Amino acid sequence: MSDPASRKVIEIGPFHPLLEEPVGFSLTVEGERVVAIDARMDYIHKGLERLAQERTYDMVPILLERICGICSVTHSVCFCHAVEDLLGVEIPARAAYIRTILGELERLHSHLLWVGLAGHFIGYNTVFMWSWKYREPVCDLFEMLTGHRQNSALPIVGGVRRDLPVEYFPEARRILDELAGQTARLTAAVLDDPVLSARLRGVGVLAREAALDFGVVGPTARAAGLATDVRRDEPYAAYAEVEWDLVTRDEGDVFAKAVVRLLEIAESIRILRQCFDRLPGGPINLGTLHVPRGEGIGRYEAPRGEDVHYVRSNGTNMPERLKVRAPSFVNIPSFKASCLGAPLADVLITLAACDPCYSCTERAVVLQDRRGGPLPGAPELLAASRRRTAELARELGRPPDLELE
Amino acid sequence: MDRLGEWLFFYLVFPGAVFAVALGLALSWVDRKVTALVQWRKGPPPAQPFWDVVKLLGKEVVVPEQGWAAGFLALPFVALAASVLAATLLWHAALGLPGGELGDLVVVFYLLAIPSAAVILGGAASGSPLGAVGASRDMKLALAYELPLAIALLVGVFQRRPLGGDEASAATLSLAGLLRFQELAGAVVERPSGLLALLVAFVCCHAKLGFVPFDLAEADTEIGEGALLEYGGPPLAMFKLTQAVLLATLPVLLVTVFWGGLGGAPGGLAAGAGKLVLLLVAMVLVKNTNPRVRIDQALRFFWGPVTGVALVALALARMGW
Repeated sequence: MSDPASRKVIEIGPFHPLLEEPVGFSLTVEGERVVAIDARMDYIHKGLERLAQERTYDMVPILLERICGICSVTHSVCFCHAVEDLLGVEIPARAAYIRTILGELERLHSHLLWVGLAGHFIGYNTVFMWSWKYREPVCDLFEMLTGHRQNSALPIVGGVRRDLPVEYFPEARRILDELAGQTARLTAAVLDDPVLSARLRGVGVLAREAALDFGVVGPTARAAGLATDVRRDEPYAAYAEVEWDLVTRDEGDVFAKAVVRLLEIAESIRILRQCFDRLPGGPINLGTLHVPRGEGIGRYEAPRGEDVHYVRSNGTNMPERLKVRAPSFVNIPSFKASCLGAPLADVLITLAACDPCYSCTERAVVLQDRRGGPLPGAPELLAASRRRTAELARELGRPPDLELE
Repeated sequence: MDRLGEWLFFYLVFPGAVFAVALGLALSWVDRKVTALVQWRKGPPPAQPFWDVVKLLGKEVVVPEQGWAAGFLALPFVALAASVLAATLLWHAALGLPGGELGDLVVVFYLLAIPSAAVILGGAASGSPLGAVGASRDMKLALAYELPLAIALLVGVFQRRPLGGDEASAATLSLAGLLRFQELAGAVVERPSGLLALLVAFVCCHAKLGFVPFDLAEADTEIGEGALLEYGGPPLAMFKLTQAVLLATLPVLLVTVFWGGLGGAPGGLAAGAGKLVLLLVAMVLVKNTNPRVRIDQALRFFWGPVTGVALVALALARMGW
């Protein structure tokens, strides 16, 4: 079967039933065995980083909610973390709890969304429909608390914009209680299903070493035995004050990734209950803040893993530069370790198992040499990037991070 | 000339083309409705499968440039013709219609293999790589389930049991003969061998219908309908109709060989309809409580445990159990 003449290229995308967003995977197959994968991610670049540089610090979080269809809290709060890092301020306790509530509700509906899609990808449409049915009340709860099912427009630099309506908390607790029972049953059903086990165990294994090499984050890393979670490693919001457990698995296969997400649903519900019970009083933001010259880094544990935002300020009311590194950006390339050599049916569910989010990941890199010379390779680009970083450090008047040769 | 007219009526109207298609579309609505209820959806109105086919019939016929056009276009009709003929023979025997015996188990078995052969060839004729993957999967799947299905059907043929001091044995390939034997000696499914054989044949028919967990030849989220990928418009409508006719045929095969037929008397007919609906709903439930398996898993499943159980059932039948 290793005859190159029998190789065929199967195009998954840019539009394909497997994908909820446009992306192109070219799978080279011999029979059903995938021997090479090429990915193209240049269909949905929205230029949001550039747009953010034309908006005030107050407006940017609302814009950044639109980076991703799911992680709207993630990107806006992560940006706030970056600016708060620049400012060196702590947000009020009530704001921290409100951000935790928003973040965990988002994790809930994102994980339920993934479970449903994963079911759909392996032809298990009942799981798809049930999981999304359970997701509905979470989105309703989000709307009840913030006025919108996805985009709350709540996070601002220094806290949150509006308070949560406490009169809805009893209803919120009721929804959580119901959801806890439903998701526990769903988890048990998935864990006990022999056909699901046969279909997903040992499939698309990302070993611990490979996970470290690719620097994967979030459930993808935790399913490979890496106990990494920004909420635990560098607690923000109220995560240091509530009790919850980090879910990890050692197998690294698709089944482990599903198990990690299903068990994290229960942890999210646990965190939410504590937040609703303990929500402290006090102010919800720090009022108007002046952002001086400087730079800041924000980290945030998105449902898919660590999100990183970099913000540079020149002292005006708009960021001079915003850089977003979404978790899928590091998770997607790990398919090189987990997919090659596997049968087509396994590769497709493995590609979906890191819960890739393409519009978050989408970053344009245009390489153009107007002099017509050869295009720069990786070493030249790395050197150029280091030179630029040193220049910026000089401009900002701080010691360089890297010693240039 | 009279015989010919009668046969044409059987084939084209009842219980052939018109009846089988209408019943198949109605049963595919049952499939969709029960699926929807299992999945907490509302489901389509009863006429939806019919309108789906009407819509496809009104669409343009597109033939892929790199494919084998004649085969690509002819095969859906071959599939439909074969499945309608199988439906005619089975329903004719199951209802005990006049006009003598039209066919036997072997003919029906081969006729029922033609639709999947047509899908395989059609997928290959489309010239699409996904179609080729789908065709290859469908071919492996057919190889996997035909063997245990044949053995399971033989269990019906090899039935023998004591009857009034004497021994009765089916020992016939004729559909009507199998029914007569069951009328005399009781349904095959009442015996341990018959029950096992019915289970095996049920699983094989499930795979023949391309239902989850054996929908890997179409697998829309993997290979985008596989062999049917390049089909659209009327040729696709023919494959959809074939699917519907098979839905109205395969349960009848099971009922005829293992479960005493549909019965001639009105009360018997209602019981027969109940058997069909029961089998169909069982299939829909299996379909909705399983994920799709991989092709190697399907092969191992059919050639391993399923064939094993079929052989045990055959041995039991030979021993008169």
